[in-house]
Amino acid sequence: MTMLETRSLMKSFGGIRATDDLTLSVEPGELHAIIGPNGAGKTTLITQLCGSQKPDSGTILYKGQDITRVPAHKRARLGITRSFQITSLILDMTVIDNIALAVQARQGSSFRLVRNARTISAIRDRAMELLTRVGLSDKANMVTSALSHGEHRHMEIAIALAAEAELMLLDEPMAGLGAEETRAMIDLLNGIKGQHTIVLIEHDMDAVFALADRISVLVYGHIIATGSPAEIRANKDVEAAYLGEESGAA
Amino acid sequence: MSRRNIITLVVMALLAVLPPVFYLTGNAFYLDLATRLTILAIAAVSLNLILGYGGLISFGHAAYLGIGAYAVGIPAHHWLYGGLESLGLATTSGYVQIPLAIGVAALFALVTGAICLRTKGVYFIMITMAFAQMMYYAIVSIEEYGGDDGLVIDSRSELPFIDLDDPLQLFGLAYVSLVVAMLIVRMIVNSRFGMVLRGAKGNNERVVMLGFNTYLFRLTAYVIAGAMAGYAGALLGNFTTFISPEMMDWGRSGELMFMVILGGTATLVGPVIGATLFIVLEEVLSSLTVYWHLPFGLLLLAVVLFGKGGIMGMLRADKEDSE
Repeated sequence: MTMLETRSLMKSFGGIRATDDLTLSVEPGELHAIIGPNGAGKTTLITQLCGSQKPDSGTILYKGQDITRVPAHKRARLGITRSFQITSLILDMTVIDNIALAVQARQGSSFRLVRNARTISAIRDRAMELLTRVGLSDKANMVTSALSHGEHRHMEIAIALAAEAELMLLDEPMAGLGAEETRAMIDLLNGIKGQHTIVLIEHDMDAVFALADRISVLVYGHIIATGSPAEIRANKDVEAAYLGEESGAA
Repeated sequence: MSRRNIITLVVMALLAVLPPVFYLTGNAFYLDLATRLTILAIAAVSLNLILGYGGLISFGHAAYLGIGAYAVGIPAHHWLYGGLESLGLATTSGYVQIPLAIGVAALFALVTGAICLRTKGVYFIMITMAFAQMMYYAIVSIEEYGGDDGLVIDSRSELPFIDLDDPLQLFGLAYVSLVVAMLIVRMIVNSRFGMVLRGAKGNNERVVMLGFNTYLFRLTAYVIAGAMAGYAGALLGNFTTFISPEMMDWGRSGELMFMVILGGTATLVGPVIGATLFIVLEEVLSSLTVYWHLPFGLLLLAVVLFGKGGIMGMLRADKEDSE
């Protein structure tokens, strides 16, 4: 069964068609990258997939089920998680509390008002394990705002992992990272690849071609090509619309 | 033990010991002052749950104090002058009045909160204030209960083992209630529920994306805070034995907000320190000059401008988050 499918998705802001007859299909277990020039509507697409914006028309299917009108918090419960392009963490909480909250979300009801959340080892231990996995265990008790941008991006991945999501939507995890940090992130994503279905939106072409199983190219809200990295490299339309421009600039 | 915990214990110990000492040495007035600030501190502690930990700037919290006070005053009024016997509301029994205060306050919080929490930011502030003012005008319009002249409570609530006509016992009840209120708030904010509430304050979108319906968490906290303030209102009615719509005016709500911010939001003892400073300063300055509002305002302004995080923010060297 297809993990995620969109059919003729449309979304306009004023006169601008940010998503234009967008049809996409993501297979279980693959890392599916979505690339496209600035303003192609990548982030608009992700917000519709995670439910924070509703499409004007069209359908979104998740494991065959229509989720077009399902609100964001319920999609999260269905197993869809999203990381943010602009780091979206709870900055005034500690690092481990951020991760613990995500673990808590996974472990059932949080309508519990009595027991001290920080003493529940099932939550704390899992949060620590995830921090170790993304290499941040030594910063667990620091306030999140004190960490670097690269470390914040790693926290985002830990939160996505905490959700044990079947489908991870990663919105530009390399944005604003230095060369070293990007390499660390590629290693991290390579480590989790295959265990989750991942939709990756990314500007960094080296990262995309190093990680993706399949790539879809988005131009003016419409997908012009989908294929393996090799196929995309060889595609003339893609070259014209996007890659040519990039290699020309380089 | 963290510095915060030490401050909390010192403040609470002083508040337990000093007022009775003043009273027993013939300064009954200071006990009165302490009782009033203790009761207002309960309301401030409850406001801190939603304002400090939840980031919900409610500008209508005094309405719950009023509701609680009228839940004592109205049954006492009928007990003396007749009416409402069939409902069992012509009584001075604390067993009726206190649950009534808590229940009606919780209900008011549930109904208004369900609407207010659909809004954000400035709109939330304005709509919470609007609902509180509605309550204010509702009471003003009911002549049977004195309208804007207010209502004298002829008889205090009757409770087992405690005689509220004895100032020392009334203070004792208020103090124990404050400690219990603080323990309840501490328990809630450190629970899994509390983590979601605090997370939503820092970054609501993120917490929603984790799969939490933050609206329900906030509404629950809003109702708990309202119920606690309603209880404080019942104590306040018993303390003043006179209630008027003026005590639910938006200016009163502003004072409660100020106590929380002055003492330090999202700290356990901050609202208590804020309420204490507020009441004591008001008392001291107004005895010095009739123009006391001016230095009072300037002092408060200075704390807010220069003491980031209120008094607790100034006293605290470490940045640790635990209570």
